[in-house]
Amino acid sequence: MAAALQTAALLSASSNLIDPQRFRVGLSARSLIGRRGSIFVVRSDGRTSGFFNAKSRSGNLITNAVATKADASTSSTASKPGHELLLFEALREGLEEEMDRDPHVCVMGEDVGHYGGSYKVTKGLATKYGDLRVLDTPIAENSFTGMGIGAAMTGLRPVVEGMNMGFLLLAFNQISNNCGMLHYTSGGQFKIPIVIRGPGGVGRQLGAEHSQRLESYFQSIPGLQMVACSTAYNAKGLMKAAIRSENPVVLFEHVLLYNLKERIPDEEYVLCLEEAEMVRPGEHITILTYSRMRYHVMQAVKTLVNKGYDPEVIDIRSLKPFDLYTIGNSVKKTHRVLIVEECMRTGGIGSSLRAAIIDNFWDYLDAPIMCLSSQDVPTPYAGTLEEWTVVQPAQIVAAVEQLCQ
Amino acid sequence: MAAAAAARRLSAASLPLRHHHLLLRPFASSASGQPPIAVETSVPFTGHKIEPPSRLVDTTPSELLSFFRDMSMMRRMEIAADSLYKSKLIRGFCHLYDGQEAVAIGLEAAITKKDAIITAYRDHCIFLARGGSLVESYAELMGRRSGCSKGKGGSMHFYKKDSGFFGGHGIVGAQVPLGCGLAFAQKYTKEGTVSFALYGDGAANQGQLFEALNISALWDLPVILVCENNHYGMGTAEWRAAKSPAYYKRGDYVPGLKVDGMDVLAVKQACKFAKEYALQNGPIILEMDTYRYHGHSMSDPGSTYRTRDEITGVRQERDPIERIRKLILSNEVATASELKDIEKEVRKEVDDAIAQAKESPMPDPSELFTNVYAKGLGAEVFGADRKEVKAVLP
Repeated sequence: MAAALQTAALLSASSNLIDPQRFRVGLSARSLIGRRGSIFVVRSDGRTSGFFNAKSRSGNLITNAVATKADASTSSTASKPGHELLLFEALREGLEEEMDRDPHVCVMGEDVGHYGGSYKVTKGLATKYGDLRVLDTPIAENSFTGMGIGAAMTGLRPVVEGMNMGFLLLAFNQISNNCGMLHYTSGGQFKIPIVIRGPGGVGRQLGAEHSQRLESYFQSIPGLQMVACSTAYNAKGLMKAAIRSENPVVLFEHVLLYNLKERIPDEEYVLCLEEAEMVRPGEHITILTYSRMRYHVMQAVKTLVNKGYDPEVIDIRSLKPFDLYTIGNSVKKTHRVLIVEECMRTGGIGSSLRAAIIDNFWDYLDAPIMCLSSQDVPTPYAGTLEEWTVVQPAQIVAAVEQLCQ
Repeated sequence: MAAAAAARRLSAASLPLRHHHLLLRPFASSASGQPPIAVETSVPFTGHKIEPPSRLVDTTPSELLSFFRDMSMMRRMEIAADSLYKSKLIRGFCHLYDGQEAVAIGLEAAITKKDAIITAYRDHCIFLARGGSLVESYAELMGRRSGCSKGKGGSMHFYKKDSGFFGGHGIVGAQVPLGCGLAFAQKYTKEGTVSFALYGDGAANQGQLFEALNISALWDLPVILVCENNHYGMGTAEWRAAKSPAYYKRGDYVPGLKVDGMDVLAVKQACKFAKEYALQNGPIILEMDTYRYHGHSMSDPGSTYRTRDEITGVRQERDPIERIRKLILSNEVATASELKDIEKEVRKEVDDAIAQAKESPMPDPSELFTNVYAKGLGAEVFGADRKEVKAVLP
């Protein structure tokens, strides 16, 4: 309450100035129609469309962010049950639909063309669209990311793939200085509608250099948006939203999630880039997570439910900016927060999220915010050691029990 | 007739620099029919894996005059920026281009506004050549809201989207992949235009340059890499930084041309040649042998790593403005006093622009948060309780 009053006071005091406080309070795109309606579409380019959208088949749009089966909460007009596919195929579907829709979209990366993509995300696209739209680059991340940004300055919409997110460290200068900042330093003249995507995260004994989590390094770059997908459903929706966005978006995928099978709607849908996903509503504690840790959390939740707890699980999805609206509502309900992430402890997404929650929702907390993150070590090769680097379900259960005492 | 038409086109092309002022009045000696003047460049071109163009360049009296005026404008602008910096109106980094004007002007004379130029931080004069105004430049340098980047970019971030000037970049060498990306987009959209990616002898040693060159050559992109070799990478002379200072040969499989960068006609010839080449065959490298009189930036005196004699020597023998002045006088295009008048006019223009820029206010504090994201984000911002606090992110 105090936070809201304080910010309200600040608002009235400085009506013309945009107070930095307000920006920390929460950056979330909202449908003008409101969240009570179960169906709304928020285009990532900010245009909100009502229930009727000229671009899609009327009436059958599904964009609610609940991860339960799509057909469970659609309108009563019986939609087709959808089709089943793997997460990488969902990414490909999203990419293909966007490439069909807009001739400015092109894909650049190593082995994305003739080879089909090292994780098959771009399989078949080169034969369909040709070499000028699906470009095989040499191993030169710094320069082809730079080229993607240069092309984006003129209005093309490149999708740059890092074969592994860790390789994009070589392009860090281009991503932070040019990609993130050009819109600002040019006084708004240039927009950079680029999507930078790739798999990251700790895999199965891939070694330290191929198990990087770059979200913590990129999170303080101003001008960049970051999203992390975790299911086939949100992978496709976020890919489409990222391509349509006028801002540079970094889409974090996870190496171990590419083969997740799920049933997704046949209809076209675009998710909101700035929104979090309510995975499991609950009462006792809010568990905030993203990407692969969502599955560890859900596994822990099974145990917790048996033990009598009722955790609320939110997949934050949007790593920059945070969806503090959803998170805030949850905190107000449960008063306890546990953050489970795969980032390192130091300077990770969890630490920023913790700070944001403390800044805005301090009065609602009954217990300190706990953050479970990976150890601050290079990921070891040995299987057992690698297991100990990452947060495991047992640790999540223990943390919840401790917080809920 | 054709020559006159050509002359009009040429003078129209350099209009933007003078758009606040009247056109030059026609001189009695060069009446309506402007005969082309053929000038030989100071030195022949040297080619690497390519047949260099002819040394003989066609120009017209009005073109020569426009060169003179525009280069004097640039020279004056940079010197005025020097004194503004010393009086602390310009802060941070300020990299001055005086001595290198011929590259900017010659390049501009060879291309259209649809072609793209991207350069590093020594960008004030290229911005001017692309059609930027003096007021915008000075306002940006002083951080005022009427600057070309609304005061948020500064000396190293001048941009002009509508005339194909893509900046203005602070990190050495990072603009070259961007430039190749511009060329990629031009090829993708089949525009029939080219991109010029300018960089210095210091940046020539960056790996990303070779990466981008490789990709451009593979994909036949219409990009021209222009190395403005002023022989010093800040304090390090080129022979101390590069094993092979023949930057035009660095492309290996990509052809290159070495040009006297202090001779504006040679630059113009080379850039025209390069544009034709790139549209057919893909990338080409141009090395402009040029010189900067100031130090690397305002914090560098420029005399600790080179002798004053060297600087004055170049100024006496190779100064681009003096060369044009001699050409104009020897071809009787104008008299010495007319040229002096032009210089006085230019000086006044610059002073007026500075005065106007000084009056421009600083940016509004709310501008701190604008342009972080493109407007398309349309994010509505809420406080914890969405009824109380609401704003819309710009």
